[in-house]
Amino acid sequence: MSANRGVPAPPLQSRRGRWWTRGIGIAAAVATVCTVWLGLWVTPPDETQGNLVRLVYIHPGVAWVALYLAFGMAAVASLLYLWPRTRSLVWDRLAAAAVEVGVVFNVCTLVSGSIWGKPTWGVWWAWDARLTSTAVLLVLFLGYLALRRVPAEPEVRAKRSAFVALFAAVDIPIVHFSVLWWRTLHQGATVLNANLSPTIHGSMAWTLLLGFVALTLVFVWMLLVRYRIGVLEDWLGTGELDVALRERQAEGAAVGEEEAA
Amino acid sequence: MAPPAPSHPAVSLHDAVALSGRFPLLAGVDLEVAVGETVLVEGPNGAGKTSLLRVCAGLVPLSSGVATVLGLDPISARNQVRRRVGLLSHASHLYDDLTVRENVRFAVRAAGADTGRIAEACDRWGLTGRLLKTSASKLSAGQRRRTALAVLTARWPELWLLDEPHAGLDASAREALDQLVGEAGAAGVTVVIASHETGFAESLAGRAVTLTGGRVTGHRAIGARPQPSGSVGPHASLDSSPDVPDTTPVGPALRPGTGRPAGEVAHVA
Amino acid sequence: MWRDSLLVAGKDLRIEARSRVGLSQVAPFGIVALVLFAFALGPDRSLMARGAPGLFWVAVLFCTVLAVQRSVSIESGDGARDGLRLSGLDPAGLFLGKSVAVAAQLAVLEVVLGVGVVLLYGARIEVPWLIAASCVLGTVGLAATGTLYGALSAGLRVRETLLPFLFLPIAAPVLLAGTRVWQAAMAGGVASDGSPWLRLLLAFDAVYVALGIVVFGPIQESA
Repeated sequence: MSANRGVPAPPLQSRRGRWWTRGIGIAAAVATVCTVWLGLWVTPPDETQGNLVRLVYIHPGVAWVALYLAFGMAAVASLLYLWPRTRSLVWDRLAAAAVEVGVVFNVCTLVSGSIWGKPTWGVWWAWDARLTSTAVLLVLFLGYLALRRVPAEPEVRAKRSAFVALFAAVDIPIVHFSVLWWRTLHQGATVLNANLSPTIHGSMAWTLLLGFVALTLVFVWMLLVRYRIGVLEDWLGTGELDVALRERQAEGAAVGEEEAA
Repeated sequence: MAPPAPSHPAVSLHDAVALSGRFPLLAGVDLEVAVGETVLVEGPNGAGKTSLLRVCAGLVPLSSGVATVLGLDPISARNQVRRRVGLLSHASHLYDDLTVRENVRFAVRAAGADTGRIAEACDRWGLTGRLLKTSASKLSAGQRRRTALAVLTARWPELWLLDEPHAGLDASAREALDQLVGEAGAAGVTVVIASHETGFAESLAGRAVTLTGGRVTGHRAIGARPQPSGSVGPHASLDSSPDVPDTTPVGPALRPGTGRPAGEVAHVA
Repeated sequence: MWRDSLLVAGKDLRIEARSRVGLSQVAPFGIVALVLFAFALGPDRSLMARGAPGLFWVAVLFCTVLAVQRSVSIESGDGARDGLRLSGLDPAGLFLGKSVAVAAQLAVLEVVLGVGVVLLYGARIEVPWLIAASCVLGTVGLAATGTLYGALSAGLRVRETLLPFLFLPIAAPVLLAGTRVWQAAMAGGVASDGSPWLRLLLAFDAVYVALGIVVFGPIQESA
């Protein structure tokens, strides 16, 4: 930690960093608007599912972000933090940001899945493999966030959270397979099924793809913003540390003066 | 079998900074303790004496600076270091549900030390008969401290870190403690005592180091300057010449007349 | 490592024998849970018999939380946790020792709960070795993960509420697998259905025990 003598200045995000954040934000907004426009107006309703099929433009997208992108990133970042050679609070902040944003996307997954499920399966919730695994993942995410709220020094908190993320990452495949064996109601993957021939065609397929892209961009933008907040929080803490160090050393001098007087 | 006098100091701290959250426990400590020395660390409450000992025991990592204990890094070689270091802290690390004897046995075996000296150590500290079979929850503070001392005596590690060792002990126990430290020093054990009651620990150490505000603010050799009773170190140490050498030759500086009890002095094999 | 783990396991079990918390508090809690389940599921015995495997494992899971809390709180008095660190005990040995102690207590609890389930719910067991295997494997997994999470949350003031929340989702596969094996072992089940689930339990155990051995040291130091 570099000692910041004199008046501490807040770390300005580099110009490149700001440009990227803004750029991605704009791209995300544009892509989302396009998806909404295409999804709600341009593409036709499905033969069997009617207008309900429009949910497919967001549901797999949020699911992909929450399960693979966000959680995967959190797991990898946690591993990087734990590995002594690459240990750096950057990974901890990244993991925490990824989990926070991931929780939002996870809830969206469950909600959009429920909304789609009710008219289709007749129930708000079905205990099939995917839904259950997603629910367990949400609980694990929430546990991670709960642990982070416990007041602790940044390094201690980072280590603890990283371990929880690691254990959760190990558990998720196990949960997934066990629930998969348990029961399966969820339809086979629409785009990524075994023969790799998508069962969704034409403009709908393109909109689906755009939905993926848009949601990924939204995730990245939220991640960048959340990470930036984390940087500022840590900087605030460091400033306090420098003040505390100076006061502590002044303690010694003060005692000396008292005694000499 | 005592190892040949090693070329490295028992404890070496260089510009050590240790943090607890945002609070600097140590704010840049420079300290060297040679093998076999007995050093007193004095200073007002909150100066960082306990933290200094904990750093030496490898419990607290440094955020900057270098610490070497018995030639090893106390964090990366922590298990090795901890087995050779004995910390006597304010807490006595006892399990309430176990008896005194079970507690001592567990502590000694956990540290990988030989269990042969346990009986003698317990005897020495007055832990005999019914007291041995008493559950630890029923002990008084003094008895808990004596149990911890018995563990230390039975383990006989190379480096002793004593944090306010006289606190909570009655007069006879204090004498016994002084005897023990004297013995240990004579046997080549390195002892670091942290105390703000310089009156008690004074006679045991060869030199004293003053800690205030997380830094070392003074040194003095004991015996060079007679202290009025009750005065705390810093006044004298800031007056003392900064070029008083702060490494005494290997070997204890004892008050003459400290007798050794009959019976053999145990060595770490 | 093995010497240290035996030492620690012995210490924990001796403390348990002295204080008898497991026997006097955790086991009755398990029985109470079984009784409450019976109230919840109503007087229909066939329903209870069908649900017996799952209810058994849920009760075991709750008892595990209590047993782990107890295992952690043993070290919370008078700086004992620091004492363990200071002694230079091999952390992997410490992990194994504490897990073994928890596992031993769980094993006894499972016998009690198993008997309870048979008596109270009228469950009929056809393939006892499947039951035994699932209990052994499940216990190992629960003890290992419980000890891991206990160490993670040790020393935190909110440990009582945080530990169950963190631990139970991780233990979910044990619940699932254990229940399936029991169902296969009950009257009306297909015995061969149980084997894949036993393999899952074995994989779970292997992963978390290995993880614990590697990771327990760093966890201890950061707490």
